[in-house]
This record gives sequence, structure tokens and C-alpha cells, in this order.
Amino acid sequence: MKQLMSGNYALGEAAILSGCTCYFGYPITPQNELTEYMAKRMCEVGGVFLQSESEVAAINMVLGAAVAGARAMTSSSGPGISLKQEGISYLAADELPAVVVNMVRGGPGMGNISPAQSDYFQATRGGGHGDYKNVVLAPGSVQELTTVVPLAFDLADKYRNPVIILGDGMLGQMMEPIDFDGLVRPPDYEKDYTLTGAQGRAARKVHSLIFDTKLQEEHNWKLQRKFQLMEQNECRFETYLAEDAEMIVVAYGIGARIAKGAIKRLREEGLKVGMLRPITLWPFPAEALREMAKTVNDFFVFEMSAGQMVEDVKLALGGTARIHFYGRPGGVVPMPVELYRIISRHYYQAQADGKGKPA
Amino acid sequence: MKTVYERPRLLKEAHFHYCPGCGHGIINRLLMEVMEEMQLQERAVCVAPAGCGMLLYNYFEIDVLESAHGRGAAVATGIKRATPDSVVFSYQGDGDLAAIGTAEGFHAANRGENITVIFVNNGVYGMTGGQMAPTTLLQQVTTTTPNGRSCDIAGHPVRVCEVFAQLDGSAYLERVAVNKPAAVRKAKKAIAKAFQCQLDGEGFALVEILSPCPTNWKMGTMESCTWIDEVMVQQFPLGVIKDTTCRGKDAACS
Repeated sequence: MKQLMSGNYALGEAAILSGCTCYFGYPITPQNELTEYMAKRMCEVGGVFLQSESEVAAINMVLGAAVAGARAMTSSSGPGISLKQEGISYLAADELPAVVVNMVRGGPGMGNISPAQSDYFQATRGGGHGDYKNVVLAPGSVQELTTVVPLAFDLADKYRNPVIILGDGMLGQMMEPIDFDGLVRPPDYEKDYTLTGAQGRAARKVHSLIFDTKLQEEHNWKLQRKFQLMEQNECRFETYLAEDAEMIVVAYGIGARIAKGAIKRLREEGLKVGMLRPITLWPFPAEALREMAKTVNDFFVFEMSAGQMVEDVKLALGGTARIHFYGRPGGVVPMPVELYRIISRHYYQAQADGKGKPA
Repeated sequence: MKTVYERPRLLKEAHFHYCPGCGHGIINRLLMEVMEEMQLQERAVCVAPAGCGMLLYNYFEIDVLESAHGRGAAVATGIKRATPDSVVFSYQGDGDLAAIGTAEGFHAANRGENITVIFVNNGVYGMTGGQMAPTTLLQQVTTTTPNGRSCDIAGHPVRVCEVFAQLDGSAYLERVAVNKPAAVRKAKKAIAKAFQCQLDGEGFALVEILSPCPTNWKMGTMESCTWIDEVMVQQFPLGVIKDTTCRGKDAACS
């Protein structure tokens, strides 16, 4: 049965239904409702909730719970996620599973509490120190949390790696009808690495300190092979009216919702515009874009930032198509009509310029 | 022939990386003796620090996680909350616990987190080459206080036990030393008591251990041991700083 729920609440419920038993968090807007929801629900289901003294402590508590074998999660927004980067790097290095939610707000610095997409680089490039990657999932609606959240916990366990859910202030705050009927709890994985006391087995060590550079390099290559597997197997995206499109909008999360509104309007006027919406920002759907570029000459990237994902689109297409960009940084959420006007202008200009490739 | 002493089984046959005269080796051995005598190895999880104790995983025949610098108490909290039957302890130096990890240690103590903290106070950052620690004494020369620690520039040495004693959540805090046989025996008793505190569910326990660092103190081994007694204990007095455990209060415990 559908119920009206905010994204923050829905994410919390989806996490519990996915088997999350430990949550550690620290207040920051616009994700406070998630922390508050977990405080209430963890108490009801007999899980662990702890309001930590800092974001740094929260992510390290997550690490502790993960090494003890629990499905653990923390959440925050921009400034707090910066503080968590230390722990995320250690999670990746130690090969421990965890889900980290970022309800992105306008930055840099303290910024504001409005929805933004300006933490894309931080999420998709690892974010902390060292050679590592996070899987990054970008839900586009409250209902989609019922697939994205269990997927996040599943991928975290499957690859023993941190997974970032990159939402934004709007996803967290807005209320939409949602039902959890289709949510499938991810399977439990055999965990031969947990530290629970050496009972009936040899003592185990989990550490990222590897003094021998050759062994450290070997460990890093092992991680890289795992990241390659993720790239091969875990890329997810959705297309919208892309079949006959002459221009493809690339947008994610709430940005894709806004773009969808603009595209509907453009279609009403006969403009052949479609969309590719990455659901995984890392691994990025580069192959899908390259496939599209065989028939489409123009790609229009829209982000609620000064332009971050656009670099991945450029890397994916490598000069084989014309790339247009429109971004609104600082927590500004453009209306679909604004985007409609911009895309429309670029579309007609592209038609006038013909099929010419960019210089 | 009668065996009067042997290496604890839980202490691996590995060569310590510690410098000559360092107290860490004694503390490592005491921990594994206590683990063995209290039969905790099947439940024990150690959280190792960044610092001279970071290679504990090479020495302990128990589960060990190496944490980020200063985060031991937070990581131990996560482990203990997720698996309350585990016996969880962090091993932290003075830089780790009293500088970069102050917040994590302070709040774990304040929550009455049912964990044990082994706090090794040698007054310097040992692994990085002898810089000033929060516990460095006034006038003490280190690589970052070449003219001696001045309170005008670098503040005062931090008494961790006395600070944590103010927090209602801390149950057992004792300061000991490992500079002579009698002190080592007391240190072992304190460590055992701190684990018992956890087993009894009494809350946060911390044993601060004054430990010689001849290398960075630029002293001989014997001189270091004497210096603890003559100088260091004036700033860091030995003894039970706080004990609210049931076993501590004889009258209430029966």
C-alpha cells in the first residue's frame, strides 16, 4: 500500500528492510530526518542507533560495526561527508562494507542547505586519500529508494567496499507516495573476515598498514581488479525517449527529474530530445553513451553544479560528439521551464551547425 | 625442572620492532598474559592505533583491527555495539588518545561505553621521531620543543585520567607505570581489573601506563626508568584515579 513519506524517512525504512542493523549519525541539515527516523526505528527493531560526537567518529563506528560483521550505515551532507572521508578511505583499504548517504547541499564551505549536486567529484573519485573507488548510486525519486538502498547494501557486501548513496536536499525533504512491497532484502554473505574473537579459528587481522611497498602495491592492484569487476558488472542507467532522439540530455538524481519535465515540453513541440540518466555515477555508463554517440551527435549535460559529471561525459565520448552544458551551482534548483528554454536554444543552434563535430 | 616463567602463548614468537628500553614490549606481554589468564582470547578484539603500537597485529594471537590515528575509541564503540559479547579494547598512545583522538576517547568515556582503553603515556610521539605530545612535560625537550616545552606556546601536559574522571560515564581509571618490577605487577593487576570491569558491564575503563621511551627522551634505559619515578609521576601521579565499579566499592558488592 502506498504511503506518503519523505525521502529521508523512506531511506531509513528501506535500510532497515535491507537488513541494516547499525546506524551511526550526527546532525546536519538536510538529512536530519533520516537520523531521527533511525533513532526511533532502531529502537523498535532492536538494532543499534548511536548519535556520535562527530562525523569522524560516526564513520569510524561504522567501520567498527562492519568489521564485527554488521550491515552498517551513516548519513550526512556535504561538510559532514568531507569529515567522513578519512574513514571511507580506511573502509576501502580494509575491504569493509558500509553504506554512506550524502544528501548534498550547496557548497563549498558551509554553503547552504539547498539541494545541490556539487559533491559528484568527491563521491566518484574516491574522496579520501589513496587509490580507491566507491560505488555511487544516485536515486531519482523517493520510490526508487526501495531499489537503490537494498542494492547499496548488497554491493557493499558483495564487493566489501563502501557504497555512497548520493541524494540531495530535495530528495531528502520531499514527500512522495511510496510502497515497500517490491523491496527485496539482499542475501547475507559469508563473511570470513569479521573480528568477533578467535573462537575455533586462527586469530584474524584487519589492517591497511603495509610497510612493504611491494605488498602494498599488490594490495592496491587487488583493489583495482575489484573496481574493474564493478565497472564490468554494476553499471546501471535508465533512458527516456532516447530511441529517435537527436539530442540526449545526461542528468542524474533530481536533476534528471527536472530534465524530464523539460523534455516532455520539448517533445510536445516536436523537438527530438531524450535522456540518459545514470543510476550508478561510478561506475559511469560510459559504454552506453558511446553506443548512443553512434547515432546521436549532441549531448546536453545538466547538473546542479558548475560542471562535474560533464567531465565524465567528455571522457566517455572522447571528442566523438558535441557536448553542451548547463549548470546551476550554489543550491539553486532551476524550474523545468528554464531548462526547456536552454535546451531548446542549444537544440536549434546544433541543427543550424549541422552534424559537425566539435573542434 | 620447574617452569617459573614462560612467554604467554598469545604473544607470538616475533621480534618486537620496539627500541631498546621501550615500555611497549612489557605492556604487550602483560596484555597477553591477562588475556590468557582470564581466558578472553576467544572473545577479544583489539583495536590498534597509529603510533608505536600500530604493529600489534604482528604480536598478538588474538583478533586485531588497526584503526585510523585517534579513532580507536570510536571504532571500539562500533565493534562493541554491534557484538556486545566481544571483549573490546583499544590500545592508544598519548598523541592518539589525548590529541587527535580526544573527542572519540572523551565521548566514549562519557557514554560509559563498555570498552577498555589501554593508554600508553610516554610523553612523546614516538613513531614519528619524538615530537611534543599533549603529555610532554613543561621544559621537556622534544624535536618540536627544542628549547623545552613552554606553556606560553604549547600549553600544559594533559592529565587524561583526571579529565575523564569528571565524566559520569567513566567507571574505572587507574594510572600505573612499567619502569620497575613492582610497578609492572601493579600494571598487570590494573589491566585485569579493567577487563573485569567490561565483563561485569560496568562501563568505560582506562588504564594509563607511564612508559619509558629512552630513544626519544635521549636517556639511557636505567635513567628513563628513574626519570619516571622522579619527574614524570609529579605531573602524572600513580594510583586509582576513579573507581565506581561494584568490585571497587567493597561495601556495595557482595
